[in-house]
Amino acid sequence: MEERPGTFARLSNSFTLIILGLIVLVFFGLRGLTFLSVPNLNNVLVDTSQLLLLTIGVTFVIITAGIDLSISSILILSAVVAAKAMIAFSGTLAETQSYQFPNQSVGIPVGLVLGVFTGVVCGLINGILVTRLQLPSFIVTLGTLGVFLGIAQLMTGGTTVAGVPPAIQNEIGLRNLLGGTPLGPSFRLIPPMVIAFAIAVVAAIALNRTRFGRYTFAIGSNAAAARRAGIDVDRHLLKVYVVSGLLAGIAGTFDLMRFGTASVGTHQSDNLAAISAAVIGGTSLFGGLGSIGGSVIGAFIPVVLRNGLVITGVPSFWQNVAVGVVLIVAVWLDQRRRRAEERM
Amino acid sequence: MTLRESDTLREPVLRASGVTKHFGPVRALHDVSIEVFAGEVVALIGDNGAGKSTLVNVLTGVLTHDAGEMVFDGRAVRFSSPHEARSLGIETVYQDLAIAPHLDAVANIFLGREYVRPGLAGTLGFLDSERMERETKSQLGRLRVRVPNLGRRLVTLSGGQRQGVAVARAVMWASKIVFMDEPTAALGVAQTAMVLDLIRQVRDTGIPVVFISHNMPNVFEVADRVVVLRLGEVVAHLDPRTASIDDAVSAMTGSVRRVAAGEGATVG
Repeated sequence: MEERPGTFARLSNSFTLIILGLIVLVFFGLRGLTFLSVPNLNNVLVDTSQLLLLTIGVTFVIITAGIDLSISSILILSAVVAAKAMIAFSGTLAETQSYQFPNQSVGIPVGLVLGVFTGVVCGLINGILVTRLQLPSFIVTLGTLGVFLGIAQLMTGGTTVAGVPPAIQNEIGLRNLLGGTPLGPSFRLIPPMVIAFAIAVVAAIALNRTRFGRYTFAIGSNAAAARRAGIDVDRHLLKVYVVSGLLAGIAGTFDLMRFGTASVGTHQSDNLAAISAAVIGGTSLFGGLGSIGGSVIGAFIPVVLRNGLVITGVPSFWQNVAVGVVLIVAVWLDQRRRRAEERM
Repeated sequence: MTLRESDTLREPVLRASGVTKHFGPVRALHDVSIEVFAGEVVALIGDNGAGKSTLVNVLTGVLTHDAGEMVFDGRAVRFSSPHEARSLGIETVYQDLAIAPHLDAVANIFLGREYVRPGLAGTLGFLDSERMERETKSQLGRLRVRVPNLGRRLVTLSGGQRQGVAVARAVMWASKIVFMDEPTAALGVAQTAMVLDLIRQVRDTGIPVVFISHNMPNVFEVADRVVVLRLGEVVAHLDPRTASIDDAVSAMTGSVRRVAAGEGATVG
């Protein structure tokens, strides 16, 4: 088969790729090798990993013609649960308050697992509400966006959770997997980045090569047809929301791995950033169309923009302006192309 | 009700009797009986709201009936889902609900029945795309259905080509009976002719086809028997060789006497 379902999505990927290429060219022109240096590109890759996970998760949801607005809150709640658990299991209250973590070899894994588990539970709640109550996913996840964030705020009093065992950063999160090799000094290959890009590869394969991916497209394309073809649509949607929650949960643990804190204040607009990235990458909000490759490129665009603006000395708030413009132009061009295609 | 003499000699593939279905206070079907024999095309006709689609939905497991009996392939059945009906070899073509336009023809034909690769890859759900494509090609060739470029998403095909895929899918999987709910309603002349041809080809393989249509010339062109529904009841059985379109319309609307047209037709 010369053309698979993803082919047209891939065409629009090339458009997204052009935009990314233009952005890179502009900053290269302005700042040359400072921008295109290995350490800087390394930073971009590291900084993209968190948004990438959210974008991949929400890509699956959007392809089913749904939306998941709650991923930012899931990320925050997962980070808070992971941090709290990590501290609680690493020693007595007196010990952890004086930064002693005698049981951190238990506390850190328990915290990470509970953080990720929190994401799964949140995704499950979204999925159950969408499929059992037959409510629009926009409403459900707008509701849980507030609920999950509120729970995180209640758990923390609205402040950042610090005081986790530093080993989560030093020994795990920021450990250079190339350390000790000749490449070690020039490139930081850290676990969050490896996890995020490995998940991207798995997600791309799952979407294009497996029954899971096929059903994801089919439901977004025509849920009634999928149901009539014998696909258990509700069950599949449940899985898709769990995937979205799971990836947001993993993204939550990245906060601890990289910064050693769980912040309630940041990340609150990450949901919209991830949705924008997916849409810029060619995923259709009407369902049935999308690709992981596009979403990866889409996730890079805001990060590269911010990075480039900082290096160039332009206020990085311009990033928001630029991403907004790219989003609108991308969707506009995509719709024109699609209409032309459907007229054939 | 009198049976045709030949009918007593063989078992129908599907026999429904006394089927009744209410939607709240609305009586959608009342004491409907229908038989479908191997190798025949039965047309279900009736005005809007006569109960044609409801009847097809009951017979294909989309809806469950309130009362009545169904015997399929010699066994009493009561379908709780379309999946159950399909697993017994009953396929349905819908006017517009059946395809996923963003998927290609192969994906649509195998939707819900995907082949996975052998071994661990299959357990993980990896699709065997080559095998599905190969089988689609050979089956479509056998049915003489032409689908241009199997790899193209259906959204880029014409309405007729899309319906061709939907019909091909039903025909490919139906081992006992095919239902078609207004299969030609959205089609042009050439594509309608193609679908009618396909209906005859399916019948000639021995698999009966039950189809709903508003298009009387189509009905009379292809049907071996015509069953007329009105207000949820079977009001006439017509033989298209002897009955006229006027007879059919009269029976559908109830405006004129109920019609028993020609030899072999009965009035219910």
